[in-house]
Amino acid sequence: MTDTVERSAGREPETITRVVVRFAGDSGDGMQLTGDRFTSVSAAFGNDLSTLPEYPAEIRAPAGTVNGVSSFQVQISDHDITTPGDAPSVLIAMNPAALKADLNRLEPHGLLIVNSDAFTERDLAKAGYASNPLADESLAGYRVVEVPMTSLTQKATEPLGVKPRDAERSKNFFALGLVSWLYSRPTEPTLEWISTRFKDDLVRVSNATAFTAGFNFGETTEQFEHRFVVLPAKLPPGEYTNISGNVALAWGLVAAGQLAKLPIFLGSYPITPASDILHELSKHKHFGVRTVQAEDEIAAVGMALGAAFAGHLGVTTTSGPGVALKSETTSLAVSLELPLLIIDVQRGGPSTGLPTKTEAADLNIAIYGRHGEAPLPVIAAYSPANCFDAAIEAARIALKYRTPVILLSDGYIANGSEPWLLPDVASLPDISVPFATEMNHTNDDGTTEFWPYLRDPETLARPWAIPGTPHLMHRVGGLEKEDGRGDINYTPENHQRMVDLRAAKIAGIAYDIPPAVAVGDVDDADVCILGWGSTWAAIDAAVQRTRRRGLKVAWVHLTHVNPLPPNLGEVLKKYPRVIVPELNLGQMCRIVRANYLIDAKAVTKVQGLPFTARELEDAIEGALQ
Amino acid sequence: MSDTIVPVTTKKDWTSDQEVRWCPGCGDYGILLAVQQLMPELGIAPENTVFISGIGCSSRFPYYMNTYGMHGIHGRAPAIATGLAVARPDLDVWVITGDGDGLSIGGNHLIHALRRNVNLTILLFNNRIYGLTKGQYSPTSEIGKVTKSTPFGSVDPPFNPLSVALGAEASFVARTHDLDRKHMMDIFRQAHAHRGSSFVEIFQNCNVFNDGAFDDVTSRQVREEMMIDLRDGQPIRFGAGGHKGVVMGTDGQLRIVEVADVGEDAILVHDAHRDDPGLAFALARLSHDDHSATTFGVFRDVDRPDYGMAVGRQLAETSSKKGPGDLATLLRSNGTWAVV
Ligand code: SF4
Repeated sequence: MTDTVERSAGREPETITRVVVRFAGDSGDGMQLTGDRFTSVSAAFGNDLSTLPEYPAEIRAPAGTVNGVSSFQVQISDHDITTPGDAPSVLIAMNPAALKADLNRLEPHGLLIVNSDAFTERDLAKAGYASNPLADESLAGYRVVEVPMTSLTQKATEPLGVKPRDAERSKNFFALGLVSWLYSRPTEPTLEWISTRFKDDLVRVSNATAFTAGFNFGETTEQFEHRFVVLPAKLPPGEYTNISGNVALAWGLVAAGQLAKLPIFLGSYPITPASDILHELSKHKHFGVRTVQAEDEIAAVGMALGAAFAGHLGVTTTSGPGVALKSETTSLAVSLELPLLIIDVQRGGPSTGLPTKTEAADLNIAIYGRHGEAPLPVIAAYSPANCFDAAIEAARIALKYRTPVILLSDGYIANGSEPWLLPDVASLPDISVPFATEMNHTNDDGTTEFWPYLRDPETLARPWAIPGTPHLMHRVGGLEKEDGRGDINYTPENHQRMVDLRAAKIAGIAYDIPPAVAVGDVDDADVCILGWGSTWAAIDAAVQRTRRRGLKVAWVHLTHVNPLPPNLGEVLKKYPRVIVPELNLGQMCRIVRANYLIDAKAVTKVQGLPFTARELEDAIEGALQ
Repeated sequence: MSDTIVPVTTKKDWTSDQEVRWCPGCGDYGILLAVQQLMPELGIAPENTVFISGIGCSSRFPYYMNTYGMHGIHGRAPAIATGLAVARPDLDVWVITGDGDGLSIGGNHLIHALRRNVNLTILLFNNRIYGLTKGQYSPTSEIGKVTKSTPFGSVDPPFNPLSVALGAEASFVARTHDLDRKHMMDIFRQAHAHRGSSFVEIFQNCNVFNDGAFDDVTSRQVREEMMIDLRDGQPIRFGAGGHKGVVMGTDGQLRIVEVADVGEDAILVHDAHRDDPGLAFALARLSHDDHSATTFGVFRDVDRPDYGMAVGRQLAETSSKKGPGDLATLLRSNGTWAVV
């Protein structure tokens, strides 16, 4: 893999510890693919990394406009990192619109590589530029490198018989080649990938040629003062793969089925940004995974519930609007006391909101969004790879307590990726639960009966007797049930008892989850950060940086957001200040204030983007003033 | 669950210990009795049978059957039953719904269950009224119906449930009524025998809020002249001695005629297995109101792949091609690298 580095030994690459690269172009320019390749090669090279893909909600927004810009940001590092980086140190802008949309992200004096061919009058006008920024002083604060990528690609591929129009489609590979040179990435893996990925002969050689041309351009041009290398990170030893949150979640569900010894049934309706879980699970039928693309969100959860009644691990995947539609069925599942997984990959809301952007504003609907007293456990994944464990944990709780569980992910971790140290499959927990097979109640006259609502004294879970089991025929439904027997019962005392029992069952789960643990300056922190979900990455970076500067900071991160760990109040009360960063207007903060009567302060952001580490550093400093 | 032993049961084995709570005189009683009486004849076991319902008077039905059952939520029974039937093709799954439940709030689930041809026996109790909410018009109520929510008469045009089912590509479509247990049992038996979705509309009298809605067609006194009972392979005749019949005019319209006027050979012969649903559609709509001769029986009974079986087959095929899933292999399927 060091081949390419040695070949260009004429210009010794300068070693840097990390770099944030942002590829930006038109939706049709293949920026996601380009970013993905750069990420994969860096992962295989041994860097730690974190990605942030951003793309428009429109499938084909008008070409060349700011609305149609698609970007991919990746941070690669020689040490452990968790975020895709605050500000990119290099921006590759494939057209004026990309420059316009993303220039404000680039760090001061950052490296700006532009495809100068795309800065025609027409494209400048489409992007809303009155004058060409390459010709005026507006880019003076950056190191600008103009590369005519389109024409260089056309020239390189012309001998192959590629028409200029078709060659244009390979220009992203030219850019990838150039950036690969700039950061001393090995070329072989990408060339190999190109050779298997593209079936059409001409497209394949055109892309490979463009890639090589981009790489060689870097080597021969004098436009770059330096070339860099980010050495492999010293990660814990083991076998790694690069994984996105949606794939990790899908694999976690497959694993949960295996660990529970149950077939998986997924009922799902396509919705951004959750659809990839449906796509991924649809591939794994040989694991006993059934997937049905339902007629709507309501049917999707209904089918999953029907499958749960039948003895499968029923799952439905969606985003905020779908959670709202599934609410009635979720309440039925609370009443039926059947295991069910509802996965909410959150996005900007309300309503259609920002379908391709991230937010974490569904905490309230997850915890409270049902009619009647309908409590259920809520779990929030904190990183792409953590989605795997979170799916297994959600399934464990659903099965053990016969309850619907809502698992929260979000667009940021769903589409973002990171290296994942593969777990030893044999060490994953057994989460299987037995089905009921016997009568469970003896009458005074010695006859026996099956009581579907006779609870396990410890977990308060009711028996799960599936159709096909002789003698245990029973009816369940949304009407209130008599405690124990399960017959319809409308009496006041019984309803009170059943509401209390259902609440106690969920509350009791608090004692079956890890306690809240503070990290950092545990004993003498001046401020404690309470985080949940995907804010983990930015909090981690901000806590490290502020502590390095001598600030006393502690941090508690929650994955079980309902019920909360029983010791959480006690832990938080140790600190004079508590701040709660959230991608909403303070939903968790209100919960901890109400639960523990502490003066926690919310740090909020609702811009469709994750927190940057910088923003949270400022929040920590602000709290201490 | 063995295939070789045919379970021997009696009506009592299928009857739960729950007190039936429909209004006295409700048509639902007759339907319940027909189902409970039929079950022992089907050679199936109560433990392998599931009744799923939505919300409404009819949806209380599962509580009265000594089988597995779920009283679901309004309109969603076909969706819940789809999950059940796809997960477990070994089970006998029945859906009990009504005109409000199945055609209003749950219309989308009903048509998609029929389109997919999920192996379900769907009984839609059509009483042309909302009973449980105490008397509002339903999507099958006639225009002009005066109810609590339409004091000046309904201006909503109604659905013909069979047209909806046929339009949704249903592979088995039939109609019966609550006053003739033998007819119901015969239709339910055929519906159950059909693999895939079977849709049965049952004219059901709600004696509290819409009493006598079907009297002009189904009451004992008029039945002979008003019920056109379709028999597969038989000329479509009715009335005393079969003096009336159905013909197709040169304009493609179906008409009721005196057999003596046109001759026996001109009478349309019913074929429920005809692939094209056009004639079934026309027959289902022969009557445009509740006061003229109306068709009953099995309109359509054709073979289409059962959805749950098709899903299961894909699982089996993938397993035989790839072998059983191996988690460790899956986790490595996107490429890995080692850190030492
Ligand atoms: S309201 Fe009508 S349909 Fe409902 S139980 Fe009474 S009579 Fe039957």
